[in-house]
Amino acid sequence: MTAAVIIGQNLRKQFLRKGKQPIQALDTVSLEIAPRTLAALVGPDGGGKTTLLRLTAGLMRADAGELTVLGIDTKANPQAIQDRIGYMPQRFGLYDDLSVQENLDLYADLHGVSTAERKTRYPQLMEMTALGPFTRRLAGQLSGGMKQKLGLACTLVRAPELLLLDEPTIGVDPLSRRELWDIIRALVRDQGVSVLLSTSYLDEAERCEHVVVLRDGKVLAQGPPQDVTSLAKDRTFLATPPDGETPRVTQVGLLDDPAVIDASPEAGKVRIVRGPDLNTQLPASSALARLQLESTSTRFEDGFMVLLQRAAPAGQPAPKAPPITSIVQDGPRSEVVVVHDLVRCFGKFVAVDRVSFEVRRGEIFGLLGPNGAGKTTTFRMLCGLLSASSGTLQVAGTDPGAAATRQEIGYVAQKFSLYAQLTVAENLDFFASAYGLHGARRRERIDWAMAEFELGPVKTQLGGQLPGGYTQRLAMAAALLHEPQILFLDEATSGADPMARRDFWRRITALAQAGVTVIVTTHFMAEAEYCDRIAILDSGRILAQGAPAEIRKRGATNANRNPTMEDAFIAVIEEARAVASKDKAA
Amino acid sequence: MTASPFADKTRRVLALIRKEGRQVLRDPSSLAIGVVLPLMLILLFGYAMSLDVKHVPIAVVLEDRSSQAQDIATSFQLSPYFETHQVTSMEEARDMMLSGAVEGIFVVQSDFARRAAAGDARVQIIVNGIDGNTARIVEAYADAAVAQARLRDAAENPDAPVVSGGQAVVQNQLWFNSANDSRYFLVPGLIVLIITLIGAFLTSIVVAREWERGTFEALFVTPVRPDEILISKIVPYFVLGMGGLLLCMASARFLFAIPFRGSFVVLMGASMLYLLVSVAMGLLISSTLRSQFLACQVALVATFMPALMLSGFIYDLRSVPLDIRLVSYLVPARYYVSLLQTIFLAGNVWRIILPDAAILAVVAAGMLALTSRATRKFLD
Repeated sequence: MTAAVIIGQNLRKQFLRKGKQPIQALDTVSLEIAPRTLAALVGPDGGGKTTLLRLTAGLMRADAGELTVLGIDTKANPQAIQDRIGYMPQRFGLYDDLSVQENLDLYADLHGVSTAERKTRYPQLMEMTALGPFTRRLAGQLSGGMKQKLGLACTLVRAPELLLLDEPTIGVDPLSRRELWDIIRALVRDQGVSVLLSTSYLDEAERCEHVVVLRDGKVLAQGPPQDVTSLAKDRTFLATPPDGETPRVTQVGLLDDPAVIDASPEAGKVRIVRGPDLNTQLPASSALARLQLESTSTRFEDGFMVLLQRAAPAGQPAPKAPPITSIVQDGPRSEVVVVHDLVRCFGKFVAVDRVSFEVRRGEIFGLLGPNGAGKTTTFRMLCGLLSASSGTLQVAGTDPGAAATRQEIGYVAQKFSLYAQLTVAENLDFFASAYGLHGARRRERIDWAMAEFELGPVKTQLGGQLPGGYTQRLAMAAALLHEPQILFLDEATSGADPMARRDFWRRITALAQAGVTVIVTTHFMAEAEYCDRIAILDSGRILAQGAPAEIRKRGATNANRNPTMEDAFIAVIEEARAVASKDKAA
Repeated sequence: MTASPFADKTRRVLALIRKEGRQVLRDPSSLAIGVVLPLMLILLFGYAMSLDVKHVPIAVVLEDRSSQAQDIATSFQLSPYFETHQVTSMEEARDMMLSGAVEGIFVVQSDFARRAAAGDARVQIIVNGIDGNTARIVEAYADAAVAQARLRDAAENPDAPVVSGGQAVVQNQLWFNSANDSRYFLVPGLIVLIITLIGAFLTSIVVAREWERGTFEALFVTPVRPDEILISKIVPYFVLGMGGLLLCMASARFLFAIPFRGSFVVLMGASMLYLLVSVAMGLLISSTLRSQFLACQVALVATFMPALMLSGFIYDLRSVPLDIRLVSYLVPARYYVSLLQTIFLAGNVWRIILPDAAILAVVAAGMLALTSRATRKFLD
């Protein structure tokens, strides 16, 4: 056993802020990563994951503590480390105005890869990333998943001894994510590379050999993922919702039960992680008491939730359920969004190809699909930002382009259209006036947004400096100021940590119950379980549409009788692509 | 694979320069700043803008009807700089001046011929002083016109009495610009603007852009050294700047036929020094601010505006108030303007060229030192 590739001892790093309390990004962090290991950094946003990776890469210097990478002190000689490692920052570091090949060549030149080595290396990278047909395309014109793969290929032009990846799978669809993971695992297995990566997908952490859980700059746990998983041992159950209740409604009720640590919808049921007192008699008021529980296998995520709950600083109130205004259930559930044979072409390229679906009032409808499937284009047409080439679409009973319709819809774009230079309060103020709210009504709505999304504590912070979870809340608050009937959310949970996602869905559930119609896109397949119905899109066409349970069945094989939504998604897409390529060949 | 450290370094620098070059060529805004803007400036300054005062409307009051007085009035009429309006009374002339119909009044008093015979002839030149710049030029032209008449007169009848009024300064004023054409100093001055624009303005964006797009973060974790990043940021924009210079030189020579009295090599040397100063300033601003928008604004205020206003390119520094003149000594463009005007219009006057060049060299070295200090491979 050789020495560890990363040894950190009592690392501290503080960021000073003008006129404000400094942020302690890392607080006495110690860690050790063995060679040829696949290790993951997980934890809530703002926990210090990126800072730790940057310290390791020699891009920042710790205020105190020792950090040795590949046997070299990061303080004494960062360059010697940088000569030997590979690092992919969250924003990949690609040059948008250079082609795929030119980006690769640049990094090959910088790393001193000889022409002979390139002859063997390039075909490998191209095969691994499937970027072969796109070598001449500009990096700026690649889809999110392809950019991630190119970023990885650039850091792998020569086999590094240690690979550092900061959120390599953010915004990447399940197919590309699986391919990226195949690449990373092959590197560890075949080339003996050590990998340290940060991720907000806990199923990815489960597949690593070593996990470091960071929160508020402190290490909560460190070791094999099973250590964390076992924290929730014998405490995980599946509950079937009572008749006529959707899993998400049952789940929200359970989240407020003190005996429940975590609850999430899963395969038509609700997965529950219970608190430590399994044998205590539950009070009659408990949401848990009225449910039939069957025990189930424990996942890493369950243990992670237990770990975070246990480490929650005393006195911090548990997140409360947002108030649900009224449940509009009387009368028929009319169709609010009707899309029929919708087509959108960009030149010869058909981005959306004869898409049809309907969404009823108070429903949550999910659009799933790989990067570049046409989800965002569909959204833009529904919001009246883009005209349709043909087909009909009705939003709130009228044409989406009409000004009156705009008052009925709220839109949260992929990258949250907030003003980075305005404070939270100023952002809300601006959006309120943009929606034509004024006087008492405007004050009332802004106060509502501040309270509902708990934005009070960050009121005076600039939009661009908010921690991840808050940005998302502010974007949603802004989109809901004018009380729209329909809410469009485009990859709103991309890059959010598990807690922020729970928080997000809890609000969505409350809104749907209040009669708001919600249409979402997401790359987290587990989130599809919150939807009433979903549609899977690829190359602009709908491949499957229905309730989550129906879609899930499409992934069933002889070997896998209980497919997850992700299995089903991949099966549906691959099947359609196989047919398409056969048609092409014929 | 063991190459020498120097070969490694060269390979990395070349790779970065290639990358930078491609970005310049593909980014329409760099091309606009690097090529289109200089061309527009050349055409604008060369054809549309002129500081020459020509066809100035002037009232000529001839109180004396003698042939001598007529002679002098004719010399105003023939001058391309004036458009004369013959009036009969001072009253009338004053009205014209007040209504803005004329910029000046030339008066030949009724006793002109008599006093000329006595050797003590006087003419009066009244100039509208509202626009001080124009006023001085009109005054000088008028002096020149009178002096010309006097010379012509003296040549024709050497014994005739001398008309005084024209000052000898006339000759001085027009020594290096014998055609008195403002293009002669505008076009060389334009070189200053264009080099400042390409050198400082363009480069002020390029480092900040890498910070904003997060590309530096990936670039830093490679064997690249800070000095290599610096060199790769200087070279492409240096070359672009030299291109702009040659464009100006060519247009000066072939489009506007401006005389070039000094040596081309000296001009190139001086320009390289100033270009280095500009590029280093742009990079320093960019690496310090790390925001494209801010860097742009600061570069405009800190380099381009002083080069336009405090370099002696448009406003003669001898005629500005002392405190502003003192500030102008801090503007590197000032020394370059002085170099350009000397090399173009006077020739290799080493007494001026050497000190100016030395100052530019010192500033360039200082700026580069500061820039390389600001280029470090750390995010914090």
